[in-house]
Amino acid sequence: MEAVAFFVGALGALGGAFAVVFLRNPFYSVLALVVHLVFLASLFLLLQAQFIAAAQIVVYAGAVMVIYVFVAAYVGGIEEPMFDSAPQLRIFGPILAGLLFIQISIAVLGSSLMGLGSQGVEQVEAGFGTPEAVGKLMLEDFMIAFEAASLLLLVAAVAAIVLAGRKKQSEGAG
Amino acid sequence: MAIEWFLVLSALLFTVGFTGVLVRRNPVVILLCLELMLSAGALALISFSRLHGDGDGQVFVLMVLVVAACEVVVGLGLVVAMFRRRIPLDVDAMKELKG
Repeated sequence: MEAVAFFVGALGALGGAFAVVFLRNPFYSVLALVVHLVFLASLFLLLQAQFIAAAQIVVYAGAVMVIYVFVAAYVGGIEEPMFDSAPQLRIFGPILAGLLFIQISIAVLGSSLMGLGSQGVEQVEAGFGTPEAVGKLMLEDFMIAFEAASLLLLVAAVAAIVLAGRKKQSEGAG
Repeated sequence: MAIEWFLVLSALLFTVGFTGVLVRRNPVVILLCLELMLSAGALALISFSRLHGDGDGQVFVLMVLVVAACEVVVGLGLVVAMFRRRIPLDVDAMKELKG
């Protein structure tokens, strides 16, 4: 049962990812990313990260993707040729990607050698992955990171207004 | 499911996002592919969190979510600014950025 759930989630996430890369219209790419994120959230549920899965769907697939849909609609769906990048990238891109995949696989499997073939620790403590546990960790052990994250969000909000805001006529187009 | 399936899947998703950054030219799609890479990293973090039975990885994923949101806001702000100034939405066309 768990294997079925994993393969459904994995195929959905992979299919969404490939669709993001290979669909020509950016608008459809955004919608494919929403599909990818929803299936990824189902994988998070399998790993007992309920709160992160919920946050992923609400914050990411909900709020962040709305900005993407808005911008993709604003700048218009530009149909671009499939692989119109520089010819050397067309050849070396997939080769580099394949090498990168091998390298990352070695790295992640190498750092989890003791857990290979297992599902992780047999018994996680009660409440693992619930909002209560995550919130307690974040506000007690990772207080400084939490504050830094909130500061970063503030800076990004100001940056967005500065970048995309309408300039006054006297300032020119610069 | 054993943990390594999740880890290899995350490596695969990261690779797909990486390929997208290399072969696509539309800045919106490149930002989407960056999201793919970030979410692949999140999957690896959650897998390790489950492997060790330790919640720290999940908090880290929340931080990744925050950074991704900031990246989206700034990146899409740049795209809107490019569109307003009639700069073609094509990263190869921005040749003056070459060092």
